Amino acid sequence: MSTPIPPNWDTGADSLDRIDSYQVVGRNETRVDALKLAQGRGSFTDDIDLPGMLHLKMLWSPHAHARIRSIDTSAAEAMPGVVMVLHHGNVSRIPYTTAGQGHPEPSPYDQFIFPRKVRFVGDRVACVAAESAVQAARALAKIRVEYEVLEPVLDPHDALRPGAPVIHDEPEAFGLPDYDKAHNIAAAMHVEHGDVDAAFAEADLVLEREYSVPYQHHATAEPHIAITWLDEDQRLVVRVATQVPFHSRRILARILDFPLHRIRVVKPRVGGGFGGKQEILLEDLPALVTLRSGRPARLCLTRAEELASSRTRHPQILSWKTGVMRDGTLVAQELRVLANTGAYGAHALTVQTCTAGKTLPLYKARAYRFDMKTVYTNLPVAGAFRGYGGPQGFVAMECHMDEVAEKLGLDPLEFRRRNLIGPGHDNALAQALGEGKEGPPQRIRSCAIQECIDRGKAAIGWDRRDRLRSTGPIRRGIGMSCLMHGSGIPGVDMGSAHVKLNEDGSFNLHVGATDIGTGSDTILSQIAAETLAVPLEKVVIYSSDTDHTPFDTGAYASSTTFVSGAAVKKACEGVARQLREAAAEMWRVEGDPCTPEDLHLERGAVRRPDGRSLSYGEICLSTFYTHDQHQIMDHGSHMTFECPPPFAAHFAEVEVDTETGAIRVLRYVAAVDCGVPIHPQSCEGQTEGGVCTSLGYALSEDFIFNDAGRLLNDTYEDYKIPTALDVPEFETILVRSYEPAGPYGAKSVSEIPTDGPGPTIANAVAHALGIRFRSLPLTPEKVRKAWLKKEEARQRETEA
Amino acid sequence: MKIHLLVNGEPREWECEVHEFLTEALRRHGLVGTKRGCEDGACGACAVLLDGREVPSCIVLAAQADGHEITTIEGLGDPRHVHPIQAAFVAATAVQCGFCTPGMVVATKELLDHNPTPSAADARRRLAGHYCRCTGQIKPIQAVLDAAERVKGAQT
Ligand code: FES
Ligand code: FES
Repeated sequence: MSTPIPPNWDTGADSLDRIDSYQVVGRNETRVDALKLAQGRGSFTDDIDLPGMLHLKMLWSPHAHARIRSIDTSAAEAMPGVVMVLHHGNVSRIPYTTAGQGHPEPSPYDQFIFPRKVRFVGDRVACVAAESAVQAARALAKIRVEYEVLEPVLDPHDALRPGAPVIHDEPEAFGLPDYDKAHNIAAAMHVEHGDVDAAFAEADLVLEREYSVPYQHHATAEPHIAITWLDEDQRLVVRVATQVPFHSRRILARILDFPLHRIRVVKPRVGGGFGGKQEILLEDLPALVTLRSGRPARLCLTRAEELASSRTRHPQILSWKTGVMRDGTLVAQELRVLANTGAYGAHALTVQTCTAGKTLPLYKARAYRFDMKTVYTNLPVAGAFRGYGGPQGFVAMECHMDEVAEKLGLDPLEFRRRNLIGPGHDNALAQALGEGKEGPPQRIRSCAIQECIDRGKAAIGWDRRDRLRSTGPIRRGIGMSCLMHGSGIPGVDMGSAHVKLNEDGSFNLHVGATDIGTGSDTILSQIAAETLAVPLEKVVIYSSDTDHTPFDTGAYASSTTFVSGAAVKKACEGVARQLREAAAEMWRVEGDPCTPEDLHLERGAVRRPDGRSLSYGEICLSTFYTHDQHQIMDHGSHMTFECPPPFAAHFAEVEVDTETGAIRVLRYVAAVDCGVPIHPQSCEGQTEGGVCTSLGYALSEDFIFNDAGRLLNDTYEDYKIPTALDVPEFETILVRSYEPAGPYGAKSVSEIPTDGPGPTIANAVAHALGIRFRSLPLTPEKVRKAWLKKEEARQRETEA
Repeated sequence: MKIHLLVNGEPREWECEVHEFLTEALRRHGLVGTKRGCEDGACGACAVLLDGREVPSCIVLAAQADGHEITTIEGLGDPRHVHPIQAAFVAATAVQCGFCTPGMVVATKELLDHNPTPSAADARRRLAGHYCRCTGQIKPIQAVLDAAERVKGAQT
């Protein structure tokens, strides 16, 4: 598939002046759901209690790698209150992926509802359904499982060793052509652009460094949860905390072998997703219990189960190599990635594709090479996580850019500026790095990265950099990074919306787009209100219910504002046209004809050039009850081959205590070009939240395993996410640009902030200490050790 | 067992299991604004006031509330009477997914009851036990400071 780049692409710069005429877009409207949530009235999945509901508890694998020889559930089934026990012996065996992606998912089909061989500590073994959660938990202890313990693979390098245990030896598992389960390879890719070897040969300097990044957990406030029941028509209702209700319905229908039209997936309020709920992680089990028992069923993971058994950010080892001329011009870039997907390959290909796709094209070069392997191990499962490969890749690239600049004796900021992509430039790798297939070409239109640098630089006080304290136990440093992300998956993501008019001039807006705390219910309502020229409260939004809203791929890939927002705009434009036509018809009947094209919408009414008007309410009453009777309504679907990247420059000032190794982030500045911010405060909120999540990635979050592959830090006491005491003084700068491909000039904003803190903090620490850390997180222990080593080396030098 | 307590100002007599935690008892009686986040005392999503002091209700036994006064998020405001703290959280866009918000609002109530003019550092300390993965805590900190102003304004 190759779509030509339209010749008439403008960069959108002169469309900026349109912004000031917007009435609803670009304003900090009260979020449509904020008050009910602040009052505890927001209805999350768990906030209903159904009569006769069964409670499910899971038996997880205690072994990293073992074959289940036998499983005896008779004692458990005899326990009080127990209704059934599910395990591999009594459920169907259909291979699937839990990755909630478009059909056909580009992730390997390597999972079953229950496996016969467990592949990590925390894998599914059995599930008890009982009258109460306590009874279900008690029955778990009575399940007798005999395991044949197998040698585990606990390191991604070991997964590739000849003779390594084969983790997916079941014949049914399959994937894309590069899938090679016999060698523990869940996904692989090799891409070259230009003559890479020749470009490296010409370079004045070639630098290659290896970086590594850890596991990270989503730590959503609300755990994974699903409640299921049969409605009065014996249809299966699945109320689930999900980012992907339509994928959930499609995948459930297949693995439960139950007709899709008899499943309704409802997304109530969701307490955060960040990619963790882009998985069909648990709703299959209560659904099975409901189908078999006819009773409502609930499964909710505990926090420890969340940490060990849900999904994580793929740990990676990245090798970055650049060829550069003495004047700082990049000529060649090469990235090699070894990623660990854990026991199953959810998002194994596409996260890693994005590691390259979001990073490499940011800097122009004549030639690029990307080589990637994602391997299975007997460790917790990776998946989609906000940033989707970007946070990993930017740690390597943006640390590397500082290292190259230092070698060349250039200011790291000026060195970057010289090589950055800009308006009108082509993304050199867009086609090679599509979503499991060739992607459409991309040319950059809106791009304010240089202004992001200017404004961020001023805000952090970059010019103080040389004067910061570099003696004594407390050292200060300033670091930065440049970032780019995407807006949706071009050629794949599709959103749709339906709008209809009511007698009071209000509108019902039904969208498949899934608000998981992102604010999309508000943002999509703003887009509708702007297009229909009404205040926000005249739009009544309902989102994400497979029975009652049109389709949407879901809340992921930074797509909702850009893709689903455009669908809303199209639907509302259709309604606006119908309103004009209906008004013209009403005036015609009154003997005062006009042409619809001369009419415009303003403040809830259709207006003639001479100022006369018909309110939407009048038009609706007329079209309902009086004349030319019909419902004014329309729908819109949107898919695009364009994927305009948002850009950002992040800056941080840190203080490092060399005696304890503790890093304090004093100040963080994030300057972001997300196109027109539809709701500026929400764009700030996305930025602040994304940055703080990745501050944890940079400083404290990691999975620690014992030598049998068991996760040791599976509580919030031991898995440390940043709290209000840890987050720095913060400045978000929304740098305005106008993206012609986006609704009202908008691009995405949700994922790009997660890309920055890893490299920004590492660069600031390198500046403070003169020590380059190439592996995250930068724990006090790691910092202190490196400092001692440096001190020892210095002493040896002075002695010698 | 039977417990007697004051919930949001109303006397209640509740039948509870001895091992039942307060979160469960509250939710069982329809007060679902108190959330289950970690059920381990770490995240703050289940915060309520017990005799005016914030406690994680997930590690307080319902039996321990016998004879005490409990205030939940539902006791702080309703659609017609928006509590100034809630108004501040809404105005600051400190509510994203909103799962952590009831706990934060309850914590802010306790803070302002004892310290009507908190500093930013006070606000940070108070929110530190409330994990929020969405906001990065920046806007909630602002909301607490703004709430102090609003509460003061409402009293004068
Ligand atoms: S649910 Fe009580 S502290 Fe987390
Ligand atoms: S708003 Fe989502 S966790 Fe705080």
